[in-house]
Amino acid sequence: MLTIAQTIVDAIVAHARLDHPDEACGVVAGPAGSDRPQRFIPMVNAARSPTFYEFDSKDLLKLYREMDSLDEEPVVIYHSHTATQAYPSRTDISYASEPNAHYVLVSTADEVDVEFRSFRIVDGEVTEEPVEIVTGEVE
Amino acid sequence: MAIEVSIPTILRTYTDGAKSVEATGATLGAVINDLEAQFPGIADRLVDAGSLRRFVNIYINDEDVRFLGGIDAEVADGDNVTVLPAVAGGA
Repeated sequence: MLTIAQTIVDAIVAHARLDHPDEACGVVAGPAGSDRPQRFIPMVNAARSPTFYEFDSKDLLKLYREMDSLDEEPVVIYHSHTATQAYPSRTDISYASEPNAHYVLVSTADEVDVEFRSFRIVDGEVTEEPVEIVTGEVE
Repeated sequence: MAIEVSIPTILRTYTDGAKSVEATGATLGAVINDLEAQFPGIADRLVDAGSLRRFVNIYINDEDVRFLGGIDAEVADGDNVTVLPAVAGGA
């Protein structure tokens, strides 16, 4: 299960809406091993595409260096689908490389009713998980 | 002196959990061959048909090797090599 603060959910959805019709992407970092998503880090989609996203390679290195120095890990890796449902595509599955992360998918296909779902992607296997949205910080 | 190589979480199954390992070689390709000798199977995750895999980023001292000659990029003792899988996907 993913437990995540309402403020972070709102920030992810706002980012997805802002970048629509291109895909938006980013990370929510948290203390290593804690499973608590706390630090919202929107990333630039270097592909600037409605059907693809990729973190810029320099930004990626900077992000991982920063998380390493703070003893954090990417608890959530999020991106949006802008014309399809919030479910991992074949491409998403083949590039998923953080077995410990919650892969959050947001769909802005319906502008009003934005879909927000979370998945584990391990060894090519997708498992949807419940999302618990809480007010305040995730303890 | 050797070259320090940072290993991402997903490839630490090859390095017995180690975050960072040492390797030798004058080029990135040679370093990868040395890694393969130490940790069999790891090279295939980095290289495909003689070229670096598109969705694996490798940096030498913070510079993306794509701008340094890719698999032929030169490395020297004391350099740091960082491997990071791309964070990518799409509808």
